Amino acid sequence: MSGSAPAVLATLAPGAAAAHSAAPGSALHAARLCLLRDLKLAFRRPAQLLQPLAFFALIALLFPLAISPELARLRELAPGVLWVAALLASLLALEFLFRDDGHDGTLEQYVLSGQSLTGLMFAKTLAHWLLTGLPLSLMAPLAALSFGVPVTALSGIVLPLIVGTVALSLIGAIGAALTLGIKRSGVLLSLLTLPLSLPVLIFGAQATQLAVSGSSWRAPLELLAALAVLAVTLAPLAAAAAVRISLE
Amino acid sequence: MTWTWFHRLASPPHVYALAARLTPWFAWSAGVCIGVALYGALLLAPPDYQQGDGVRIMYVHVPSAWMSLMVYTTMASAAAVGLIWRMKVAHAAAASCAPIGASFTVAALVTGSLWGKPMWGTYWEWDPRLTSELILLFLYLGYMGLRAAIDDPQRADRASAVLAIVGIVNVPIIHYSVVWWNSLHQAPSVMRLAKPALPLSMLAPLLLMLLGFTLFFGAVLLVRLRGEVLNRERTASWIREVVSA
Amino acid sequence: MGGYAAFVWPAYAVTFAVIGLNVYWAQRALARARRDAQRRLAARGEAA
Repeated sequence: MSGSAPAVLATLAPGAAAAHSAAPGSALHAARLCLLRDLKLAFRRPAQLLQPLAFFALIALLFPLAISPELARLRELAPGVLWVAALLASLLALEFLFRDDGHDGTLEQYVLSGQSLTGLMFAKTLAHWLLTGLPLSLMAPLAALSFGVPVTALSGIVLPLIVGTVALSLIGAIGAALTLGIKRSGVLLSLLTLPLSLPVLIFGAQATQLAVSGSSWRAPLELLAALAVLAVTLAPLAAAAAVRISLE
Repeated sequence: MTWTWFHRLASPPHVYALAARLTPWFAWSAGVCIGVALYGALLLAPPDYQQGDGVRIMYVHVPSAWMSLMVYTTMASAAAVGLIWRMKVAHAAAASCAPIGASFTVAALVTGSLWGKPMWGTYWEWDPRLTSELILLFLYLGYMGLRAAIDDPQRADRASAVLAIVGIVNVPIIHYSVVWWNSLHQAPSVMRLAKPALPLSMLAPLLLMLLGFTLFFGAVLLVRLRGEVLNRERTASWIREVVSA
Repeated sequence: MGGYAAFVWPAYAVTFAVIGLNVYWAQRALARARRDAQRRLAARGEAA
């Protein structure tokens, strides 16, 4: 549960003293505490961390079974399949972003704490990405190899996925914040997040496609990075506004 | 220049009365424009030398597509005004826009598909314009779904406003990425609108139809706006006179 | 219609159906809002 919450929240109050490198009571300090707390809490339930990865692997498994076991065909499909699977797995994981904190009132405390809610949203989303998007991107090569993708193309899978999943987590945080507390909001969350995630899918899959076919994948990667930068700048703001609205 | 007229737009009873007075003007002018445009589109305008009479679908497809995008922009703008200045009337306007825009998006998709069959040979092509329209439809459905899922009307107004604003920022990004994606997988036969400039005999009915549809949007918006304003005013005293009529 | 009739007429029909439905739905929504407002006022009148 949130056993460390009261102690953490006390130190969030502006002006409270704490032995950390960032100035105590500052936004950076608060964000760092929030990040560490989320990571700590998540590692208390390691089984939950594995679920998005398992889901990703399962989706990847569906395609050879549904289409064909021929590696030549699978190699063609691999970029699309990997990215769709990553997108769906990260959508699934979004439900965990605000669920616990929303239930036990921590989120409300964040809003009331007087700290920059945008900074806290960024911290939460970063923690979420470290726990889902990053492991997913690192696991993707295994799925890719099973699809007959050449080893030389693996960097073209991991790197775009790392950048892309950052953007996906940030965009998804907005939808998660908007649907806070709505019962059975899973499908609605997907309906809201997927259209906004399509550019990431397009550029990411294209980068991977070029990598698999041996061409330079720099252009789509740069576009993907641009999307990620845009998301980092704007999404936490929107998520903070959405959280405030949802908790009123 | 006094801004009183603008400030009065924040007042629900004023807006309600104004909307009721303006609706006939928008409705009748829309009817005239669309009627004349229809005559021009079906009878006066010449067939295209490439597409023959099939090009007449353009006179309903392009205005529908225009509507779908224009209404979304209006919706997001109204939502932003409502969010920033906390104006109930603005939120009411945004809520009124959504079903109108969504229905014209469907019209754009269906007419686009019907235009595609004789031109490309298939009812559906993943060309950038149609694909973008489809995504826009999902944006509308998401907006309406979010509104419907939230019980508290104020929270629904404000949450959907955030969504609309996030959506409008994304529309150019989505459109660009779809165009880019499509250019990589260029279909052999790409639908081309009669390039370069349309002759006046074709441009005039098209522009008139565009104007007519826009005026029609105004009329329908004003009708829906009145209902939305009533819903948000609950039991304010001004409603008494208005409703017992 | 030079052989395109099967496409042109349905396209116009769908578009004008959308126009007609918009009119119908908007009027219905306003009527419902008025009815609801009347009901709310009546309820408050009885309670007050």
